[in-house]
Amino acid sequence: MNVSHLGQASPSLRRLSELRGSAPQRSLDARALAALAANPGCRRRALLDAAGVDKTALADRLGRPAPFGQSPFAIRRGLQFESRLKRDGYAVLLEPLRRMLGVPEEEVASLAVPDLLPSQSPAVRTERTLAALAEAAADPASWTLLDHPMLRLQVAGSPAYLEPDAVVVHGGRCTVVEIKSFPVLDGSADPAKVGAAARQAAVYVLALQEAAARLAGGVPSADPYAVQELPGAPELTVLLVCPQDFSNRPVAMPVDVRRELSTTRRQLSRMTGVEQLLAALPEGVTFDLARDDSGAPTRPVEELAEAVSTVPAAYGPECISTCELGFHCRSQARCAGAVEQLGRGVRGELGSLRTVEAALAAAERGVEQGLEPALLAELGLDEASERLAYAARLRAEALAVGGARLGGVR
Amino acid sequence: MSLLSTLARLEAVRGQRAEPLATVRHRHLSERPMVLVPLAAAGEAGAPLAVLLGTDRDAPRLHLVPQPLNRTQRSEFLAAMAADVVPYLESFNEQVELLEGSEKDPVSGEKLPVVRELCADAPQLIVPNAAGVAHLALLGRSTRFRRTAEDPDPGEYPAPTRVPLLGRWLTHLTDRAQVPGSSMLLAMTGLLSRHWATGQSNLEDQHLAARLAWHLPPEGMEPAVTGAVAAEWVESARDADGLLRCPPAGPATDPKFDERVLAPAILRHDAAVAVWEQADASRDAVQERRAAGLVERARAELARVLLAATLPTWHDVWRGVDLLRGLPPAGHLPDRWEGDRWSFTMHRDRVAAGEPPQPRRDDAVTAARKLAQREREQAKLEIQEALDDPLAMAERRLAGEAFAGEVVDVVPEWTQGKSPKPRPLLVVRTGDRPHADPGREVYRAHAEPAQRAEIVSAEPGEVVVRLLSGMGRRKDPEPGSVPAVGDQVVFTLFELSPRQSAPLPEPADTPWTHGGPPVVGEDSPAGADEWE
Ligand code: SF4
Repeated sequence: MNVSHLGQASPSLRRLSELRGSAPQRSLDARALAALAANPGCRRRALLDAAGVDKTALADRLGRPAPFGQSPFAIRRGLQFESRLKRDGYAVLLEPLRRMLGVPEEEVASLAVPDLLPSQSPAVRTERTLAALAEAAADPASWTLLDHPMLRLQVAGSPAYLEPDAVVVHGGRCTVVEIKSFPVLDGSADPAKVGAAARQAAVYVLALQEAAARLAGGVPSADPYAVQELPGAPELTVLLVCPQDFSNRPVAMPVDVRRELSTTRRQLSRMTGVEQLLAALPEGVTFDLARDDSGAPTRPVEELAEAVSTVPAAYGPECISTCELGFHCRSQARCAGAVEQLGRGVRGELGSLRTVEAALAAAERGVEQGLEPALLAELGLDEASERLAYAARLRAEALAVGGARLGGVR
Repeated sequence: MSLLSTLARLEAVRGQRAEPLATVRHRHLSERPMVLVPLAAAGEAGAPLAVLLGTDRDAPRLHLVPQPLNRTQRSEFLAAMAADVVPYLESFNEQVELLEGSEKDPVSGEKLPVVRELCADAPQLIVPNAAGVAHLALLGRSTRFRRTAEDPDPGEYPAPTRVPLLGRWLTHLTDRAQVPGSSMLLAMTGLLSRHWATGQSNLEDQHLAARLAWHLPPEGMEPAVTGAVAAEWVESARDADGLLRCPPAGPATDPKFDERVLAPAILRHDAAVAVWEQADASRDAVQERRAAGLVERARAELARVLLAATLPTWHDVWRGVDLLRGLPPAGHLPDRWEGDRWSFTMHRDRVAAGEPPQPRRDDAVTAARKLAQREREQAKLEIQEALDDPLAMAERRLAGEAFAGEVVDVVPEWTQGKSPKPRPLLVVRTGDRPHADPGREVYRAHAEPAQRAEIVSAEPGEVVVRLLSGMGRRKDPEPGSVPAVGDQVVFTLFELSPRQSAPLPEPADTPWTHGGPPVVGEDSPAGADEWE
């Protein structure tokens, strides 16, 4: 991994900032991390995220706004929940942490909460977090809570910024704390939601491993199961804090994220490097919305769409719920007749048939000619086409039989 | 997704309208279903906001919580909902069939004749989507332990008796909904997905209005079209105020609606209530009347916006019901519905016997039984659907689990021995490729009585089987029991009658009055009120 240093911007960092234009750089939020996990192979999103482009604004301008939003009720409830956590002096976090780390009860002193300069730029906040982490790790007896720290992670070879809810440092090591709004009901939470939270937390753990390595002046170990022994290194079990049952009472549960960590690591290592993404980009491309003084974007929509389409996408229906550009990319996939519009699995089923039209043509050959499967094979149709033709024949036959009883459902 | 349903989706893309995935209706549809469109308050698990419900599509009733954070109002909502839903459920209690059977006496081991009741019909709830089912489960969980005035310790806020009863019913129905093929609680998106393919993905099909847009042009859309354009319009078209033209089917509401419409309306209601409380405290009759009017108007305004947020979905659910009613019912529906009727009857009996509500968590035995039951029902469902619907059978043929074709030759043969039995050979011409080696047992679909056969040879285009049973007891087969040349036949590699128990309830469904286990978890209901 190429560790880039602040201050002396490399050519690729400069190019990334050009792509973003005058807008401020966005950090990777929970949604971006979910999109990363759901669709790690998408170069379009990788590049936009690396450049810190505001994808919500981009989707707006492209005419297909992201369908995401947060209800004021949810926001208020979330704030209430967090403030309740703080009101108790984070006691709800400390107790399970103490047990998780095997620390005797009497050794829990009070919790230090250093100022992490929340209003500063991501780069400054990252340095401040790093310093606070080093300081907290230096005194094993102390308990420190890093409230919304800022972390940096190399994604596709360029730094991305991350902001976990909290990190607790004790005994020279740290633990990621994720605060979620879904409930733990009768002792268990929705596994899908826990899974998503674990994937998200794994990225934070990864970033903290990098941070600890940086503090120690080295590179993190590539073995996901190796517990780092460096000062300030993260535990591989994170703490998920959720409301209990139907109440506003917080409950914490430890979640082992080793598996998610190794998945994330693998996905990140497979991502096309940002250098390569940039190299493939035509000269002069930018995603700048060219906002005027009032903040309204002036960039012509066609031009912007053109710029976006210079980076290849990997659309799948999961994009709709994870990526701001979901509707935009879907409409492109539909225009192109790509089979992925029906689901990622479909592509595997249809083999070399990549468009709806090609697939239907293959299917029709089976019906029209009424060919025996063996003959289809002789015609040189590949296995997927052959199966599709067989399926089409069966479907036509069944509809003809059933249709008599159907009495015009259409 | 199977290749056949992928094919149907591809066709739907081409035609920009839904394509059939079934030739018959595979789920029971009641003549008197109750449709519920529940809405939840954002940010809090299972917190109710409103529900639009009823059995008459022209007369839905709205219940709402004016201030979702207010526990008194929430209790009032639940009481109102219970007063509306429980009588509907209980209206199926009285009409029963009497069934004679026998039961082993636990002490003597003797078989004793018993007469059991089976409710003649059962209720059916229909919600827009799977999230609606999950919301009802949360409502069930949050209300079934509520204390009532009849409790020894009724607590500070005793609920009407019907509230915990509603909770127990919702728990039972949402649990039952996990049994494959059951129909007491159905999600409309799931129903439509079983019977039609759209030209979009499964994920997008979860949006009821968007998936309906592949069947019928959405209301209010100009020009009226179906397909992807219509679905996208439904998902994203907004009016001048930035509100979705088609509100989501819930239980989650559109955040923009929360921000621009709901939050201000709640605020106005809160303010009116505050004025009223002040007037009430100052004992000023004139002020009080005026303030009461304010509260009433604020509440009416809330009802108006919440009705507007649920009514389109209400209509969508009924439009879905119409579509499904256009399909002829599958042959095995009465059989499966009887399972639902048993499930209903058993729960009715448990309630009548004064059993405690379902525990918070199933104990290991109950959980294992439920799982086994679901697996059994899944197997049964697959068999029945294949028999009822050539399109479902086509799935099995494609998978090599069945073959269909024309009998081109019949060779009469017999067993050796003193009393020879018929063992005729059938030569079946088929384009199917069953995964069948010689000697493998197969079963003839739609044979009455059941008929087994064995594969003699399977070549591309032609399968030879030997019939083994279902031909009577004599030397020559019963007339009509052996297919003739030219007949169409279907054979399956899977058994057609799963080892079925008599139509008796599962042990877990058996009330202790009928010898079943009383299930009390280690943490039986405390009755504590957990809402905050
Ligand atoms: S929506 Fe588009 S940019 Fe986003 S992940 Fe999907 S394909 Fe990539």
